[in-house]
Amino acid sequence: MSDRFSVLWLQSGGCGGCSMSLLNAESPDLYQTLELAGIDMLWHPSLSEASNGEFIDLLQRVCDGSQPLDALCLEGSVMRGPNNTGRFHMLAGTGRPMMDWLRELSDKARYTLAIGSCAAFGGIPMAGDNPGGACGLQYDGKRSGGLLDRDWQSSGGMPVINVAGCPTHPGWVTDTLMALAVGELDAAALDSLNRPRSYTDHLVHHGCTRNEFYEFKASAELASDQGCMMEHMGCLGTQAHADCNRRPWNGEGSCIRGGYACINCTAPGFEEPGHTFTETPKIAGIPIGLPTDMPKAWFVALAALSKSATPKRVRANATEDHTVVTPASRKTGLK
Amino acid sequence: MSRVVLGPFNRVEGDLEVTLDVDDGRVRSARVNSPLYRGFEQILRGKHPFDAMVFVPRICGICSVSQSVASALALRDALQLEVPPNGDRVTNLLLACENVADHLTHFYLFFMPDFARAAYAGEAWHAAVKARFEAVSGRARVSMLPARARFMHLMGLLGGKWPHTLSLQPGGSARAVSGAEVIRLFAILREFRGWLERELFGDALEAVAAIDSAANLARWAAARSPASSDFACFLEVADALGLAALGRGTGRFLSVGTYRIGDAPAYAGGVWDGALRPFRHEDVVEDITSSWMMAPSAPAHPWAGDTEPDMDKDGAYSWCKAPRWQGQVVECGALARQVVDGHPLARSLAAVDGGSVSSRVVGRLLEIARTVIAMETWIREIRPGEPFCQRADLPEEARGVGLVEAARGALGHWLVIRKGRIANYQIIAPTTWNFSPRDQAGTPGALEQALVGAAVPAGEGGALQVQHVVRSFDPCMVCTVH
Repeated sequence: MSDRFSVLWLQSGGCGGCSMSLLNAESPDLYQTLELAGIDMLWHPSLSEASNGEFIDLLQRVCDGSQPLDALCLEGSVMRGPNNTGRFHMLAGTGRPMMDWLRELSDKARYTLAIGSCAAFGGIPMAGDNPGGACGLQYDGKRSGGLLDRDWQSSGGMPVINVAGCPTHPGWVTDTLMALAVGELDAAALDSLNRPRSYTDHLVHHGCTRNEFYEFKASAELASDQGCMMEHMGCLGTQAHADCNRRPWNGEGSCIRGGYACINCTAPGFEEPGHTFTETPKIAGIPIGLPTDMPKAWFVALAALSKSATPKRVRANATEDHTVVTPASRKTGLK
Repeated sequence: MSRVVLGPFNRVEGDLEVTLDVDDGRVRSARVNSPLYRGFEQILRGKHPFDAMVFVPRICGICSVSQSVASALALRDALQLEVPPNGDRVTNLLLACENVADHLTHFYLFFMPDFARAAYAGEAWHAAVKARFEAVSGRARVSMLPARARFMHLMGLLGGKWPHTLSLQPGGSARAVSGAEVIRLFAILREFRGWLERELFGDALEAVAAIDSAANLARWAAARSPASSDFACFLEVADALGLAALGRGTGRFLSVGTYRIGDAPAYAGGVWDGALRPFRHEDVVEDITSSWMMAPSAPAHPWAGDTEPDMDKDGAYSWCKAPRWQGQVVECGALARQVVDGHPLARSLAAVDGGSVSSRVVGRLLEIARTVIAMETWIREIRPGEPFCQRADLPEEARGVGLVEAARGALGHWLVIRKGRIANYQIIAPTTWNFSPRDQAGTPGALEQALVGAAVPAGEGGALQVQHVVRSFDPCMVCTVH
């Protein structure tokens, strides 16, 4: 085995957004990251020279074993429709359903990675009544077992590694590939949905820039308001597993910093929340989804208490799109 | 006559297959197939209208903001909303950032690497092009990718992330901008301008935007060495390979107009076929004669359109529908936008070659220069403290249309709301226009026409001319086959 780590990246029923996100990798950029980690991108749909027959030859070499493969990355859902034929995505130039290629290639790769929530769980194309018959590599929505059985393991002894997110953060992908390349990623490094714990041991709430508004339940009421978006605007940041506010996007961004709710895009089934994405469902005025690990009675009691203790500044600023009351400056006595 | 099936094409967005009938080493006719179906129009049916804002950017990871803007505009039209000018400014900045970054990605990562191929090793320019643009190892990306990523900090600041923001709302921008942030936006854009002027153009953006004819473009190129900038390098290759004579389109260019402040677009809309004609969306129909879609009897306007897959339909060969304007095949994209807007260089190129591999690329680079200059204006005009977003109340019954220009051309969303839910949502993407299959009259789509005459040398699997023509449109198949 060469000490280089080979990656084959394929796309099926997705939008290509995880690849676009990957190009946003910074310090170091994508190519440098791969180079530094000893990763060879055998083929990537946006980056490689090989087209048409050259590429199909490569796939066949992987299938017959003459081209060893360390990691197969799939971006996009597996398209099983119509009627389980897979004809909703025939891999161009091959006349063969992509679904069949994926089954064969995943048996050859040491590791198989689902890049993004589509490949992991089925994702956005599963919404509505799932017209394309979409599923994930090893999940069918929230149910374990997708294209591959729930007990399936790659030759490297791992289930499909679900680098979920819609899109996925470039750092989540490069960290995972680098950890695999140096042999530092084992089953204990994955959470209960086989996502890398490196980013799912955090909640989106951690590092939220609206935390002061959250503490005092000073809530946004309309798009562009500065307040906490949990009470009215559908924000799931206190329940969503990801480090988006600790490790921002595109420099200093995150969904919440961009002015809109976290929709829990790293979770299976996020595409069908059962309510309008940007409105919080409530019973008797209390949001149905409470912060992870928070007992309901305590949440209700603390929310009532903190609402009554909300500073005037925080309350006023919560329903404005800019600061109208600034924090008081106190003389410290220091010269 | 022999038949050649090419695919998958990489360095396009999504999966693409092209079937060619070849005679005497030249393409006689072409059929373009987008071999993926996901069913977004079916998914959207019955959803809350505001939920469209979550789904539509995820049609496409490279035209994500464009999809969001089209949806916001369709909802805005349905809701009869007036958006505060700050909302339009932020929307334009996000849209422009995506379009300019896409043009850059196309040029450096998708299009130019084909000229680094071994098949061109005998050409005088090949060594320099290979060193700079070869896939994965070329030197250009060493500074291009970081420059692009830092430019996209504008997305992080204004949209939270790219792709797939939800900051673009029917009422404007959910992200208000402070005075301090205006300064930071300027810094981001100035740094990017510096990179463009140094690496891509070797000249000031204003000087590039001022080139006013094909002849003056040739003079601009002759006045500098191909090594002085990537634009100059491209022009040398284009001249040597005759790319201005390759991939001739229909000569009929569509732009729906884009970057609006209020009702006034920065790039005007219309259809140009030697004269400028007004574009009305009522003149658009989608024909599904050659699409794997269950057929209504006649081509329909999108508000009356339907999407039901049928893979066993006789004569069908693509998931793409065939949109037509006044029954005609049109070409859209950066070149079309600049032609319709009346930029003298674009008009001059269109008059000379009717749309070609070369002029499509020049149109894109010209647009980078013009758009970055416009972005500086929108940043300067942001008024912190004034509103960015208008409250949006949903009617029970309404319909709306949202028209915008994505990097690769005209994008339209047609929305019908009944009983407070989406009753119909139809999307025509840029590549639906450009890569449409044959219509009921048997008329091939724009790419199918542009491929006729391209060389397919015997025994050469790459069919490089075909690849140049295909990629010159900067196709986005995932948008096409929503």
